[in-house]
Amino acid sequence: MKQVVVISGKGGTGKTVLSACFAALSRNAVLADVDVDASNLHLLLHPEIQERHVFKSGRKARIDAAKCVGCGLCLPLCRFDALVEDDQGRVRVDPLSCEGCGVCFHVCPVQAVTLEIPTSGEWYVSHTKYGPFVHARLGIAKENSGKLVTEVRKKAGEIAEREGRDLLIMDGSPGIGCPVIASLTGTDLAFVVTEPTPSGLHDVERIVDLIRHFEIRAACCINKYDLNHDNSDGIERWCRARSIPVVGKIPFDPAVTESVVQGVPFVEYASNSSADEIQRTWRSLLSLIGGILG
Amino acid sequence: MIISVASGKGGTGKTTVAVNLALALEAGQAVQFLDCDVEEPNAHFFIKPQIEESRDVFTLIPEIDESRCTYCGKCAQVCAYHALAVVKGTVLVFSELCHGCGACSLLCPEKAIREVGKKIGVIESGRAGEMAFLQGRLDVGQAMSPPVIRALKKRLDPGRTVIIDAPPGTSCPVVESVKRSDFCLLVTEPTPFGLHDLELAAATAKEMNIPCGVVINRASLGNEDGTIRDFCAAKEIPVVMTIPFDRKIAEAYSRGQTILGAFPAYREKFLELFERVGKIRS
Repeated sequence: MKQVVVISGKGGTGKTVLSACFAALSRNAVLADVDVDASNLHLLLHPEIQERHVFKSGRKARIDAAKCVGCGLCLPLCRFDALVEDDQGRVRVDPLSCEGCGVCFHVCPVQAVTLEIPTSGEWYVSHTKYGPFVHARLGIAKENSGKLVTEVRKKAGEIAEREGRDLLIMDGSPGIGCPVIASLTGTDLAFVVTEPTPSGLHDVERIVDLIRHFEIRAACCINKYDLNHDNSDGIERWCRARSIPVVGKIPFDPAVTESVVQGVPFVEYASNSSADEIQRTWRSLLSLIGGILG
Repeated sequence: MIISVASGKGGTGKTTVAVNLALALEAGQAVQFLDCDVEEPNAHFFIKPQIEESRDVFTLIPEIDESRCTYCGKCAQVCAYHALAVVKGTVLVFSELCHGCGACSLLCPEKAIREVGKKIGVIESGRAGEMAFLQGRLDVGQAMSPPVIRALKKRLDPGRTVIIDAPPGTSCPVVESVKRSDFCLLVTEPTPFGLHDLELAAATAKEMNIPCGVVINRASLGNEDGTIRDFCAAKEIPVVMTIPFDRKIAEAYSRGQTILGAFPAYREKFLELFERVGKIRS
């Protein structure tokens, strides 16, 4: 099984729209949404959920107010500003700041602190008309999104193995931090979607640095390329100098937004030059996967 | 007043709203801009500040004094992040997993662990006209942005009106950025993606007890504005601004131009936005 992650650095460049198109164009793929923070792919794939799993991860300290003697020993030791002293000198935990390190638990002389493993989200195995789909929802203001990404990928890999599917298509998240790293490691190809804006240009540089850091092959696609031809040319030159193939140049097309509003992968919604270009991009991507890995 | 600009979904126009609001306010009051999207800091393209100073951000990671270590395993046992492992005669440190909590050095019975700094990013500061500008930048390959955001927010100047450009999403980097704001602007777009992620972002703000208002970007005459407005009405979140869908705005953005630069009439709209926020708070 080969793994492709659709990724961007900058948000809102069109990762999910393209992932849904690739899902619709693929023949034997497993699909996964590894943007667990703000997942959207399900809005285009309309999954029927078949399995639900609870994701428990991380720890949070809780202080039993009845036991706390207000000695204050823990207060200066918390590196995350998560301990708050009330008027009576007793300490409580701000769960949004607590990173579950357990320092307070270890130093408390009266065992007033307990460490609890909270439910941090859910993940699902679903059926879609394009193939099996693994997705997740991180709880509000929760952490450990990287671990949830790893969980989703593990399950998607198992399904691919079991059903003899040869490709895993993953819709990634913006940024370069923990969840992005979790979605990149061990993939065969990172498909970078960018746009011809100063932010797009800057972020493609950072995400490509990250991809190279993990020694993963990259391919690039410029979405809304006709918004600014100079910037698009700049991105192409930049990619060429680094031997990164630019496999798609998709025009700015308000019909894309309409397809999202209708909840349909764009290649099934429209047959126009933008849809043709996405089809071409998909074929290039497939031959690239075959070429570099075959 | 501290106003943070967040969104859930990426690419809805957080930076656009934050930058234009800051620039509109700058003429009348002291403003500080904090770009907390340290994974992809982009506001500087539009504010174009003179960067005057750059300070490295470090997190603390353990260093083992092998001459004192007895390989008792206490450090690995107390590390919540599995950043330490003790195997026959050696201690392995996985610095990329370390949160810098200090548990290992604090609890080592032999005092064999000291903490050393590991660079994970940088804080750059400067000004654009009278506006104070600061941004964080996470080093490529580092996984944890919250310490960089924390370091950036330590430099927050309460004497000024502070505008915070937050990262996308709803997890720890967003919480760290938005925490202790007086008001949070949630920027969305009228699509099912925008609505879905607005629901998450609004729930995050609620969880943090921060009052919020919604900015609908790329608003069209069509259908979907209605679903955003219905959601806001149901949750009693005011819609404080709408910016129409306009290819010209997208093109100006692609040239690194602000909305105020390309369409000066917007100055008034951003000032109204600020006024509305002030009224909601009082």
